[in-house]
Amino acid sequence: MSFLPLKERSFTIKIMSEKIYKLLQQGKRIDERSPYEFRKITMQTNVVEKANGSALVSVGSTRILTGIKVELGTPYSDRPNEGVFSVNAELLPLASKSFEPGPPDERGIELARVVDRCIREGKAIDLEKLCIIPGKMVYVLYIDIYVLDYDGNYFDPSVMSAMAALATCTIPKYSATGERVEGENIKVPIRDVPLSATLGIIRDRLLVDPCLVEEESLDTSIVVCLDSASNVVAIQKNSPGHIPFSLMESIINVAEEQISKIRAQFKEVVGIG
Amino acid sequence: MTQVIKPKLIDENGIRLDGRGPTDLRPLRIEVSVLEKSDGSAYVELGKTKVYAAVYGPKEAHPKHLAIPDRAILNCRYHMTSFSTDERKILGMTRREIELSKVIREALESVVFLEEFPRSAIDVFVEVVQADGGTRTAGLTAASLALADAGIPMRELIAAVAVGKVDGTIILDPSDIEDKYGEADMPIGVAPESNTIVLLQLNGKMTKDEFRRGLELARVGIQKIYQAQREALRRKYGASTTEV
Repeated sequence: MSFLPLKERSFTIKIMSEKIYKLLQQGKRIDERSPYEFRKITMQTNVVEKANGSALVSVGSTRILTGIKVELGTPYSDRPNEGVFSVNAELLPLASKSFEPGPPDERGIELARVVDRCIREGKAIDLEKLCIIPGKMVYVLYIDIYVLDYDGNYFDPSVMSAMAALATCTIPKYSATGERVEGENIKVPIRDVPLSATLGIIRDRLLVDPCLVEEESLDTSIVVCLDSASNVVAIQKNSPGHIPFSLMESIINVAEEQISKIRAQFKEVVGIG
Repeated sequence: MTQVIKPKLIDENGIRLDGRGPTDLRPLRIEVSVLEKSDGSAYVELGKTKVYAAVYGPKEAHPKHLAIPDRAILNCRYHMTSFSTDERKILGMTRREIELSKVIREALESVVFLEEFPRSAIDVFVEVVQADGGTRTAGLTAASLALADAGIPMRELIAAVAVGKVDGTIILDPSDIEDKYGEADMPIGVAPESNTIVLLQLNGKMTKDEFRRGLELARVGIQKIYQAQREALRRKYGASTTEV
């Protein structure tokens, strides 16, 4: 059962919403950014030695850690020649007072499923190269995302960190007969790097990468994920509220512009993009 | 161990597997007040997709600490019967069902006057009896009617439909097989009077231009569904004297 999140949508939020809107009309934000400006992004890879791949990404003070563990398993029966991956996400209680211990709630599940869609539909991984023996033995990638510090917008850094962890992930080499080739590793074959941008909407105005205060005061928000050729590969309207049809065109254009900037930085740090 | 061969989904004349053209909706049937005990209910059938929705409330919020002083909470459960799909669905809520419950709830929250019912709860249940593509959109269409049938004040109804891309063509209302083998699926929920989007997801690859055309095609489908929703309410509650 999906419950209304217990945020105080009280008059203080209405006041804040009005203030953010007025600033947007002047081309400003409450944290001195311009409407179409991400917070400072940092990316670090190979931060956890025991993981096959890992990345720590922060956007402002929102910080996401993704680790990948690789195991051997059997492929899905309808895709015998493809490796398998699965995405999980946890909103850790140390990241925010609004996150509680326990199994992932609907927000965590939504985050994991949206990142999964970005990777899957963006054809990020060449899954056929992760097949060892067709129908019998394939690599299974567990991509686990942890929100360590939450100051709004956990979607975009999660996609970035999942992709950075994948792009730097090394896995033990196996021969076509299923024998471990001792001492040799291979890289996860990356075909594309889908990346996302989250946009907030207040009435007729847009902003990118909402911080927590903004996130609570928005009318609604939307996550747009594009591949390197700017195809739209995933979209998720991820909060209540209305988006006028007339804004959709600018939403896609603003997302494209933002993602190309993030992509340039991703390329610089990770080496591909 | 054979790989599944993708069937041809659209023939050279632009006809789909079930005989539809790219911009055709499946046969649509909508009824309201179909369940006895709930405060409001609706049934939507779109081809082989069959969905019930029921509303209970406004009622006392349970557990009490969930109540909000200045408005009602809206709870939503989207659920599929175990026999609704080709392969039996496991009992209980899957991750997919949890995600869809959230996006349906958020869409409904956009149109219900929750502030009319402080400290209360409104429960919305969507039960998919048979799934052949477009279940979340049929569910949302039914849920908004069930809320109206329960007499809960709303800004307006929500009509929802999916568009897809198969064999390179943008199509309206993809069936299960078109969703499975197609290139993209984009469910959209719309508040037709204010012309705003209240639910939007995309799963698959579209160019920016295809995305634009998909949105336009969805609006065509939305109008048809919205008309059918209004007719269903009129059949139950009598013709309105003024044209809305």
